[in-house]
Order: sequence, then C-alpha cells, then structure tokens
Amino acid sequence: MLSFIIKRVGQSILVLLITGLVAFSMFTFVGDPIDNMLGQERTMEDVERLRQQLGLDQPFIVQYYRFLEQAVQGNFGVSYRQGRPVAEILLERAPATLELAAVSGIFAIVLGIALGVFTAIRRDGVAANLIMSASLIGVSLPTFLIGILLIYLFSVELGWLPSFGRGETVKIGGWSTGFLTESGLKALILPSITLGLYQMTLIMRLVRSEMLEVLRQDYIRFAKARGLSDRVINFRHALKNTMVPVITVIGLQLGSIIAFAIITETVFQWPGVGLLFINAIQFVDIPVMAAYLMLISVMFVGINLLVDILYAFIDPRLRVAA
Amino acid sequence: MAEPVLSIRNLTVDIPTRHGLFKPVEGVSYDIRPGEIRGVVGESGAGKSMTGNAIIGLLDPPARIADGEVWLNGRRIDQMGAEEKRRIRGKEIGMIFQDPLTSLNPLFTVGEQLVETIQLHLGVSQSEARKRAIALLDRVRIPNPEERFNQYPHQFSGGMRQRVVIALALCSEPSVIVADEPTTALDVSIQAQVLDLIKELAQERQVGVILVTHDMGVIADTTDQVTVMYAGQVVEQGPTDQILGAPQHEYTKSLIAAVPRPQVKLHRFPQVSYGGRDTTFKIEDLARNWDRSGASKTGTLLEVSGLTKRFLSKGSVLPSRREYFTAVDDVSFGIKDGEVFGLVGESGSGKSTVARMIATLYPVDAGTITFDGDEMTAMDAAGLARYRRQIQMIFQDPFSSLNPRMSVGDIVAEPLIHHKLLPRGEIAGRVRELLDRVGLASDAHRKYPHEFSGGQRQRISIARALATQPRFLICDEPTSALDVSIQAQILNILKDLQEYLGLTMLFISHDLPVVRQMCDRVGVMRQGKLVEVQETGALFESPRSDYTKELLNLMPRLEQLSEDEIANLRAKETG
Repeated sequence: MLSFIIKRVGQSILVLLITGLVAFSMFTFVGDPIDNMLGQERTMEDVERLRQQLGLDQPFIVQYYRFLEQAVQGNFGVSYRQGRPVAEILLERAPATLELAAVSGIFAIVLGIALGVFTAIRRDGVAANLIMSASLIGVSLPTFLIGILLIYLFSVELGWLPSFGRGETVKIGGWSTGFLTESGLKALILPSITLGLYQMTLIMRLVRSEMLEVLRQDYIRFAKARGLSDRVINFRHALKNTMVPVITVIGLQLGSIIAFAIITETVFQWPGVGLLFINAIQFVDIPVMAAYLMLISVMFVGINLLVDILYAFIDPRLRVAA
Repeated sequence: MAEPVLSIRNLTVDIPTRHGLFKPVEGVSYDIRPGEIRGVVGESGAGKSMTGNAIIGLLDPPARIADGEVWLNGRRIDQMGAEEKRRIRGKEIGMIFQDPLTSLNPLFTVGEQLVETIQLHLGVSQSEARKRAIALLDRVRIPNPEERFNQYPHQFSGGMRQRVVIALALCSEPSVIVADEPTTALDVSIQAQVLDLIKELAQERQVGVILVTHDMGVIADTTDQVTVMYAGQVVEQGPTDQILGAPQHEYTKSLIAAVPRPQVKLHRFPQVSYGGRDTTFKIEDLARNWDRSGASKTGTLLEVSGLTKRFLSKGSVLPSRREYFTAVDDVSFGIKDGEVFGLVGESGSGKSTVARMIATLYPVDAGTITFDGDEMTAMDAAGLARYRRQIQMIFQDPFSSLNPRMSVGDIVAEPLIHHKLLPRGEIAGRVRELLDRVGLASDAHRKYPHEFSGGQRQRISIARALATQPRFLICDEPTSALDVSIQAQILNILKDLQEYLGLTMLFISHDLPVVRQMCDRVGVMRQGKLVEVQETGALFESPRSDYTKELLNLMPRLEQLSEDEIANLRAKETG
C-alpha cells in the first residue's frame, strides 16, 4: 500500500513539473516580458539592466528552476495589469470559486448517485424513463445556455433569485464566505445548478449503467437466494460494487468542475478565479494565467491522488495487489 | 419411508416470446426426502437449472411458473407472493451456485456475508451470529476459521470459496438445498472433497439436496435418485443404480455411452445421437490442399528443457525485497512428430503457463523451447513470426476467446491477413471452406459469435486455429466448458485433425478420462514441476508417482467395466 502511494505521488509530481513547464513557457514564448514591463520610452541600457536583474539572460533551464523554486514558495510574480502579487489576487478570489465548486460538486454527486440508483432499480418505470430522457437535455445543452435560461426564468420572470454576483459575504480570517448570509446562499443556487448539471447527469447515467451491470452478477443472484431483502441487496451489496468505477469518474469530474467554472463564472459574473482568468487572457496578464494553470493542475492531481487511495480503500483486492 | 420435504408436481415454466410460448420446463414432477440427494442431469438448455430457479422463486421475468405445484414441508409455495417467497429463500431452501468465484460479493469479508445471512434468518445477536458463522466455517472444514472469518473472498481458493458458499447455504438450517453445478468449476481432487462434504452434510443434517449437473460421474458417485431431463421434460427418473445400470430411454443410453471411459481407449468418442443433432465434419477434405512441411528434422517437433516461469507476487521498490511465485519450475519434455501429448494436473499446477510460454504469450524466464531444431528463445522477429504461424492455440472458454464485435468470417480471416498467407481475393473462399469443414452452416461467416452455442463457438476457434495451416496445435482445456454431448463432437474433430492432417498437439486437461482417449503420452504436473511422463496406457495402468495414483483414485467413475464389457466396447467400434 505504501509503495503504491509513493508511486502515485511520484507520478503526480511529474505531471506538475510538466504543467509547470507549459505555464512557464508562456512567459518566454508569448511576447517578451521586458516589453510588457517597460513603457514605450526606454533605452537599450534599461532593457539590458532589467534583463540581468530579472535573470532573463540565464539559460532556459535555470530560469525554469527558479520559477519552480518561487512557485513552490507561493510566489507567482506580480500581475502585469493590477501590479499586485498574483498569489494575493488568487487567494482573494479562490474562496468564491471553491465554494461554488463545492456546492455544485455535492449537488452533482448526491443527486447523480441517488437518481442513478433509482433509475437502475426501477428500470422500466415511468418516472425512471422520464428522468433518463430529461437527463439527455443536461448532457447535450451547453453550460452557458443553461445559465442564461435559468437566469431568465428565476431572476427575470419570477424574480426569486439574483442573476449575478455573490451577494453579501462574511470574512472569516482571510476567507470570504457566502454561506452565512441569506443573499449569499441565494446567489449560490443558480450558478451551482448551472455548473453541476452536466456532471450530475453524467454521474447519474454512469451509476445507472454500472448498477445494472452489477445487478446481473452472480453474487447478487446468490444474495437473493440467501433471502436478503431488496433494500439490503440494492444499497449494501450492489451500491458498493457500483461505486468502484464511478469514483474514478467522479474524481475527474470534480477537477473539471473547478476548471470549467470559467464559463459559469462569466455568465453569472461570479468573482472567482475563473473570471479572473478570462480577464487575464483579455489583457495578456501572463503571471496570472500561469499561476491559474498551476493552481488547476495541483487540484486535478490532488483529487486524483485522493481517488486512487480511496479506490484501494473500497476494493480489498487492490490492497493486496498493491 | 420418510415424508418428502419437497415435492414438485407437473411443474411447467413458460417464457412468452415473439414466436409464441416457449416452455423450458414442462410437466416435471419429483420428490426429495430428508437426507436424500437427487441428481438432475441433462445438457445445457434441458431445463435443469430453470427447475431449480422455479422452486426457489428466482425465475428471471418474463419466465414464470405456468402450471404445477411446489410443496415444501406440507405448504404450497409456488403461489406465494414475492415477500413470502423471499422469507423462504435462504431460510428453508438454500442454494449453491456453479461458480464460487462469482457467487460471493468481492467487497465484503466472508464473515460479514455469513453474519448478515444468519442475523436475517435467525434473528440472533451480532456476537452469537459470529460464533455460529465460525462454527459453520469449521464444519465445512475451512482451516483457521477465526482468521479466515475476516478475510475477503479473493483470499480463498476456488474449493475453499465453494465451502464458504456451502456454509452460507447452511446458515439457517434449511430443509432443502438446490446445488446448481456445484463442482463444475473445480478440479477433480477439490470436486471430490466438495461432493463428499455435501453428502456428509445431507446425511448429518437430514437435508434434501437437488444436485443439478451435466457430469454423469458426479451423478454415479453422489446421488441416490436421478432425474434425466431433455428439452424441458423428464425422460426418465428413479434410483441412481437402476437408471445408470439399466437405462430405458434412448437419450439416457446415449448420454451414458458418451461419457469418456478411463479404462479403455477407443478410436472415436461416442456421440450423443439422440435428437438428430449429428454434425458432420469434413476434415479429410482439408487434407487435400494442406501444406505439409514434412516430418521434422529430428523426429521431435517440440522440445522444452529447463523451462521456468516466475511471477511477481509481492512488489517492492527494492529488488531484494520482491517476492516471486514459481509457476513453472524446470520443466523438460519433448513432443514427437504427429503425437498428442497430454499435460494434466490441478489448477495452479502450471500446465497453462507452459502452454502460454510455448505460444509466446508469456516470456520465458529460464530454459529453452526448441521447435523443429530451431531454438525459439533465440529467434529474431522474422523467425518468431514464422514460428507463431506454425503454432496455434485453442482456448478453454469459447465465450471470451472470440471477439464479440467481429463477424465470424473476419475472425477466421484475421490470421490469414496477419501472416499474409493468401492474396486478398482468395481469403473469403478459404474462410468459407474452413467453416464448412468444421461443420458450420454456409452463412456462418456473416454472423457474430453470440449467435452460436458453446460447441459451435469452439468449432469457430478450431477453424481460426487451422487458418494458418499450423503444424502444432495447443489445446488448453478445449472442452471443459462444454456439455458431454458437445465435448464428444469437439474431441472427434481434434482426433480427425491429428489423423488426417498429421498435426502434433499439446493437449491440456484436468479431465483424466478425456486425456486417456486423446493422448499418446501424458505428463503430470504438480506445483510447477513435471512429476512423471509416461505412455498413456502405462500411466493409467501403472502410475509411478504417488501423486498420479491419487489423481487416478479421485476420478469420478461411472462404473467399473468388466472385462466382457470392455471387449464389447472394442467390438462395437470395429464392427
């Protein structure tokens, strides 16, 4: 088990090194940072001096090493546009995105698994078939369209929920949360549904097909032959087996909830890192883009590492094999 | 005589289909008394398992009980509601399934599954249930039950798992157990132990057992009464001795005749002729344009020496801390030109690993494989390609060894295309010819594997193996997934191949009577080592090693043939 975790951590570090390389390359290949920093009126001496000061005359590999060294310490440089440290800006924006991702992730997982199990058990029922047909809409409609439709219905027509922003937030330490005020909670509803709907339908369809597969297995038949009730068979024996493959997909999907928050945040003008990233692209604010890229990859890798460990925890066969 | 615990009267199951009602079970009646074992025998599709499922109320819809009555301990149970039936299941009727590898939930410990069942049916406390569970594990002779209680199913061997399944079926002291092919997936020696256990428990606890099987040897060894089923109907039933000794019905007679005998070697396997399902093969036609490379240079076509294979059993970053399991340990033998060489042994003895190394599916760790004078282990890529063309393999499971997404024509054509043996235009013709020769209908190449029965699929495998015109054929348990009647067909084809095409074969099996019929020489493997190699006749009559003697003793026997009967069988064949 320990060697399994060590191996996985090693792989994760390798992935991070490679995304770090991509992020860092943006500095070198997307325009010259000196150009971005110095204004129109500059002398060749200024350029040379700054180049030396910033170490940009060093070989690529040395620069990359120093970038990593700084990044590990949480230093991603200074935003070209705002003139503030990138880390500070990200920290300020991260709570909004993480809260949104957490709520929509829980929404997607809880509802996805519940509906998946329901549609699998009542395979031929009317309700199950309706849900299955409706889920096609969730899979096929693009996120921004769902967001706009929801805004139109609940904000414009019914006026129940706000159409943009986070509402009032409360600061706890450095973390600004929308969980503690009514307007903050209300503001979370529409963006969370928009962001989580696709993942929810995906998880639901996956759980359904896995569950149907598991219900065909001999040990389920044998469980029936032992006289166990349907409830015990479905929720104890079948569900646990269903979760083994589903967990992998959930892990990948959670990562993409954070990564794809960009679109939802744009539609709802949600002040998170996704919106920050979109603005950074518009102004070619490379330090922010690079830092965002690193942040997302750390989250992806972290979640998947966790999933791999969880996987071995659920399935005893993997514990021994590893 | 004691009152029957279970009676079924005129039981009929039907399945509505597009083509009208299909009746997989029709008018079946029998009784089970306490402590009695009733064998139900027949080929797949005869309705034997369906009868068992109907009794315990586990028919898969749309199948349903259309007619008849099932009485358990004086109560009629076939008309009960789903909830009432569930209460009887596991409590009064236990069930044992064929495959112990799949009938336990892999994610729960054996103890959890036992305690769950005991608590459900007996309503005792957790600790009492645990005590009972450990006592049961001990009763079915699982060593160290306390420790085993907390282990997961994958930590048990096949035979041990089947014991756990038996323990689960016995949990609530049922009065009837339905055992559906309980030993089909097990080795001969394990099979004997499990059957003994079932016999013993039936006696001790006065449980009535319905033993569904297609193996006549198991019937003869274990059962008191036997019911022979064919196409959903009972063709004959009565005390086992009487049915096996003096069968009345034609089907029973041909079924008994089709069982391979270990005592005498016949030229061909007797086929089950009942029902007009004779299939004709035209292997001799293949011989006409068969490319024979002539005899091998040395007379020995394949020689393995010092063959060894180790598998990593415990990984570690440090090479010194890795642990290995030696699956094949210094095995050496030679196979002569045109010979059928048998390899027998229990599962895990390394016989399949040997075959896979010869077929280049596993790399060789140590030792050499020499084919027709050339050392395979030292061949270059071109040499290996030529070698692979000459060696083909037939696998055990015809359901998983054919790609379900490819048409049968494409499956058989694939080796021809891969080895570039024929111009594109001639491939279709050759494929059709091959399929025709193994007795498949002329439109077979357009169909997909799932449209064929197990025996037909195995014939497709044979056609695929023959496509490259190999000199050496490896058959890894080619018939152990098949019915007796189908087994005879497949084995006869293999015999024809050897006779008409002069193929040399490595025949792997755990079924000793089949080996006796098929092989010229036999090697016995145990725990990765080759224990002895002898001419087949000599091996069966005077085995040298103790292990071989033990194996021969455990073989289920239909009956001891007298000298006269053996002479009779021989005479019938020549006459």
